[in-house]
Amino acid sequence: MALTDLTIHELQTLLKNRETSSRELTRAFLTHIADTDPHIGAYITTCEAAALKNADAADARLTEGNADALTGIPLALKDIFITEGVRTTCASQILSNFVPPYDGTAVSKLKAQGAVLLGKLNMDEFAMGSSNENSAFGSVKNPWNRDCVPGGSSGGSAACVASRQAVATLGTDTGGSIRQPASHCGVVGLKPTYGRVSRYGVIAYASSLDQVGPLTRDVEDCAIMLGAVAGYDPADSTSINLPVPDYQASLKQGVKGLRIGLPKEYFIKGLDADIQQAIDSAIATLRDLGAETVEVSLPHTEYAVACYYLIATAEASSNLARYDGIRFGQRVDQGRGLIDMYMQSRAAGFGPEVKRRIMLGTYALSSGYYDAYYLKAQKVRTLIRQDFLDAFNQVDVILTPVAPTPAFRIAEKTADPLQMYLSDIFTIPVNLAGTCGMSVPCGFSRDGLPIGMQLIGRPFGEETILKAAYAHEQATDWHRRSAPR
Amino acid sequence: MKINREQVEHVARLARLALSEAELDTLTVDMDAILGYVEKLDELDTGHIIPTAHAVPVENAFREDVIGTSIGTDKALQNAPEASDSCFVVPKVIE
Amino acid sequence: MTSRYEVVIGLEVHVQLTTATKIFCGCATSFGSQPNSQTCPVCLGLPGALPVLNRKVVEYGIKTGLATNCSIAPRSIFARKNYFYPDLPKGYQISQFELPICEHGRLDIEIDGKTKSIGITRIHMEEDAGKLLHDSNDSSRVDLNRACTPLLEVVSEPDMRSSDEAIAYLKKLHQIVVYLGVCDGNLEEGSFRCDANVSIRPWGQKEFGTRAELKNINSFRFIKQAIEYEIERQADILNEGGTVIQETRLFDTASGTSRSMRGKEQAHDYRYFPDPDLVPLIVSEDWIEQMRRELPELPETKIARFVNELGITRYDAEVLASDRAMAEYYDSLVALNGNAKLCANWVMGELQRALNDTGVAIVDCPVSSPMLAALLKRIDDNTLSNKIAKTVFDAMWQSGKEADVIIEEQGLKQVTDTSAIEAAIDEVMAANPDQVVEYRGGKDKLMGFFVGQVMRATKGKANPQALNELLKKKLAGE
Repeated sequence: MALTDLTIHELQTLLKNRETSSRELTRAFLTHIADTDPHIGAYITTCEAAALKNADAADARLTEGNADALTGIPLALKDIFITEGVRTTCASQILSNFVPPYDGTAVSKLKAQGAVLLGKLNMDEFAMGSSNENSAFGSVKNPWNRDCVPGGSSGGSAACVASRQAVATLGTDTGGSIRQPASHCGVVGLKPTYGRVSRYGVIAYASSLDQVGPLTRDVEDCAIMLGAVAGYDPADSTSINLPVPDYQASLKQGVKGLRIGLPKEYFIKGLDADIQQAIDSAIATLRDLGAETVEVSLPHTEYAVACYYLIATAEASSNLARYDGIRFGQRVDQGRGLIDMYMQSRAAGFGPEVKRRIMLGTYALSSGYYDAYYLKAQKVRTLIRQDFLDAFNQVDVILTPVAPTPAFRIAEKTADPLQMYLSDIFTIPVNLAGTCGMSVPCGFSRDGLPIGMQLIGRPFGEETILKAAYAHEQATDWHRRSAPR
Repeated sequence: MKINREQVEHVARLARLALSEAELDTLTVDMDAILGYVEKLDELDTGHIIPTAHAVPVENAFREDVIGTSIGTDKALQNAPEASDSCFVVPKVIE
Repeated sequence: MTSRYEVVIGLEVHVQLTTATKIFCGCATSFGSQPNSQTCPVCLGLPGALPVLNRKVVEYGIKTGLATNCSIAPRSIFARKNYFYPDLPKGYQISQFELPICEHGRLDIEIDGKTKSIGITRIHMEEDAGKLLHDSNDSSRVDLNRACTPLLEVVSEPDMRSSDEAIAYLKKLHQIVVYLGVCDGNLEEGSFRCDANVSIRPWGQKEFGTRAELKNINSFRFIKQAIEYEIERQADILNEGGTVIQETRLFDTASGTSRSMRGKEQAHDYRYFPDPDLVPLIVSEDWIEQMRRELPELPETKIARFVNELGITRYDAEVLASDRAMAEYYDSLVALNGNAKLCANWVMGELQRALNDTGVAIVDCPVSSPMLAALLKRIDDNTLSNKIAKTVFDAMWQSGKEADVIIEEQGLKQVTDTSAIEAAIDEVMAANPDQVVEYRGGKDKLMGFFVGQVMRATKGKANPQALNELLKKKLAGE
C-alpha cells in the first residue's frame, strides 16, 4: 500500500514509530499531486517548499516526542481559508493575486499542531455552487468519473481526498458544500454545528450559515480533524463557548438503542433508485447493529431552498461589497471616475454565479422588499429550525440521503440555476437549523459513482453522529474502495 | 413578471456591477424565475413567528478595551492595486 | 425677515468616544499616527476578518443614555448600512438601526431665562469611516486609521426653533459627554461633529417643511452661521414662490455660504439588515445600575448644589460647573477652606486668569487646591491682604512653592500691630503738614493720598482695615 493511501490514524503510528518521516510522506504527496492533479484540478496553489520545511519541523517534533495529533500530516485547505503569505483566491478572479497578511483561526490551530500544508484547493467561486464548475481556475473532475462533477462548493477538497492528494482537507459548508461533494466523491465530510468552529479567517459567503468542517478518508480521521479545529474563539462573536469533547474517544460506543429518525419528506417519489437502495441498505445495517428507526416529519422541508436562497444571497451581497478594488484584489480603472472603477472592477472580477447571487441578494434587501424577502425568510428559518428541534425530541439522529442523485455530468445543469439550487434540498435545512450533519459513504450507483448518506445530529451532537457513522463504517467496506488511479 | 429589466439595471447599479446587455437579459430571466420560486414562502403564515438571525442562541460577545496588534502600514498596503504616501489611492472622490 | 416662518431644527451629533481601542478591533484610536499604521484585518475589511464589540463602547453608550434621560434597551442589535465609498472598507458601516441602545431621552436647555425640553429620539453605537485626502486633480488618498473608531450618534427630535436653541442644546450635550469622560470634546479634531436638519414653515402650518441636511460642521459658531444662512436661503426660496428640495448641503466657512453635495446624493438605499457577524447585545438591569453608580455628578445637579448648599450665586455656580475639572477643583477647595464665596472668587478670578494666560489645563495647574486653600487661610487669619495674596499666588504659580514658604521668604506678613501703623501715620502726617491742614479744612479726597503714603511706608503690609480706622482718627485729631 502506498503512503498516500493511508489515513491520519494509521500514519500517526508510522510517524510516531519513525517508520516513515513527514518529509518522506510530504514528498510522496507532492509527487502524487504532480502526477494526478493535471487530470483532476483539485489544487489552485501548491506550497512545495514551505510544505517540506514544515515537514522537517514536524519530524523534529516527532523525534523529540512532543507530537500532536496532526504533527507531520500533509493536509490541504479549500482556498477560502486565509493563509498568511500564501495566495488565497476563493477561486475568484478578483482575488487572483491576494496574499493575506494573517492566518485564520482554524489555520493557526493546524499550524500549531505541526500539520503540513500542501496547498490550497479549488472550489466554486466564493463557495457559490454545487458542482465546482463556478471557478475562475477551472472546474474539478470527479476522481471516480472524470466526466462528472465532484460536487460543490468544496469540490476540490472532496476530490483531493478521493484522489489521495492529501490525507485530509478542510472545507466549508453553507448549504451542503462539504456534505454534497463528500457524497459525490465517496469520502467522509462533516458540517459541525454553527458556532462549533471559528469562522475567523474564513472568507465569508453567508455569515449566518457558513461553517468549517473536515473531509476525510474515514470517520476516525473525521473525528481527529474536527477535534483539531473545533472550539471557542474570542475573535468570532458567533463562536460558542462550550468544551470540545474527545470525538475520537467516543467513536466505538456503538449504536445499540440509538433512535434514528427517517424524515418522510426526504424519502419522496422520484428519488434516484440507486440512492434509495444504498440508503435502504445503510438503514438495514444500522438496524442490524441495534439501532431503532422511526419515521419523523420535518414539515417545512419544501420551503428550505427558497428560504436559503434569500438569506444566503442577501448576506452574500453585503459580504462581497468589500471587493471594491481599493485595498486588495483586482482593479479595472478606465479613467472614468470612482463609480466606474467600482463597477468595472467588480464586473471583471466576479463570475456569473457570484453576480447572480449578489444581484438577488441586493434586490432582496433593497428598499421596499426587505420584509417580503429577507425578514420573511428569517421567519421561515425559525419554522425549519423548530422542525428539527421537535424531531430531536423523538430521535437521536436523523438519517437522509445527501443528494437526490449521484454526481451529475459536467455542464449538465449549468443552464438552469434554479434546478442546480434544488439539488441541495437535503443539505440546506441543516444549515438553516444551524445543527450538525455529515456525509458517510454508503454505496455506489450502477455507474460506479459513490453515494453518501447524511446523518444529522442535535446542535453540538457531533459525537453522536460520528459514533453512528463509525459503527456503520466498521460494518461495511465502502470507505475502503479507491477511485481509479 | 416578478422583476423587469429596468429594476435589474437599478439593482446592478446599487451592487456596483457593470453588466453587459446580454448579462442583463439573462439575469432578468434568471431572477424572475428564482423570485417566482421563492414566492412559495407566502404559503406560510409567519405573522407571529420570531425571525431567526442565528440558528444557535448567542448573545453578548465582547472584547475588553485593550490595545492589540496592528499590522502596520506596509502590510496594510501590500495588496493595494495603487498606493502612495502610506495611503490607498483611488480615483478622485467628488463630494 | 424670517418672522414669516417658523424654524424647525433637528440635530444629529456624532460623538467620538475616548476608548483606547476601536469599536470592533484592538487597534489604537490615538490621533496623528502614520496613515494606515493603526490598522488590522478587521478595520481594513480584509476577507475573512470578523468584528468583536468593545465592551467599553457599550458602557459609554449606557452612561450617555442615562445622562440624557434615555431608556436603555434591554436588547439591542447591530445592523449593516450598505453603501460603497472609499473610506468605508467593508462596503457597509456597522451601526444600529431598528434596535438602538438608547431611546426616548431629553435634554433641558435654558433659553431666555426659561427652561425648554429637547427630545432625544435615540442614541446608537456605530463605527467611524476612514479619512479621505483630496490632494490632486485625478486621485484621492485613503487613510484608514480612523476607520472603526467608536462613535455614538445622538439624534434629537426636531424640537428646536432657532439657531440659539440649537447651540444651547449642542453646548449642553457637549458638556455632558465631556463630563462623563466618554468624549474629549475636541471640535476641531472632529470628536464632536454635528449635522443639522433645518426646515421652515409658515406660522401655524402643522406639517414640517422640506428639510436640508447640513453636514459635519465643526464649531459652535459655524453651526450657528450655517443654520442662519440656511434659514435665510429657504425663506428666500419660499418668498419667491419656489420650493425647497431635500438635499445634503456642505457649509463653507470661508464664504459663509453652503452648496449642495450632489456627489453623495444618489442611491440612498442602504439595505439595512442585522449584521450576522455580531450577536444581540443584552443589557441587564444590574449593568445599568452599575453604570448609574459610576456616573459623575452632572452639571445640573452640581449647579443646584452649589447654589443651595454652598450659597453662591447661580451665575457663579454655572461658570464653575461648566467644566468638570474646574468644578472638582472648586469642590475640593471648598472642602478645605469652607468659605464658598471666597473660593469661588479665587477660582473664577486669579486661578482662571493664570490658566488662561499660560494655557495650562486645570488638572496640570501648579497651584493645587490644598495649596490654594493654604493661601486663602492666610487671608482669613489676616496674615495677608487680598492684594498681597494675589502677589503670593503669582509667586506660587511661578515657583510651585507653598504660600507660607513664600510669605516667610519675602517677608510679606501683614502688619496688624496698631502701634507700628500709628507710628507710620504719625511720620506721614509730620512730613505733609499742608495736606493735613487742607484735609481738616474739608478736602476729604486727600484720604486716598494718606492711605497711599502710609501703605508705601509699610511696604504694603499694613492691614487696610486697621490702617483706615487709625488714619481717620488721627486726621480728625482724636
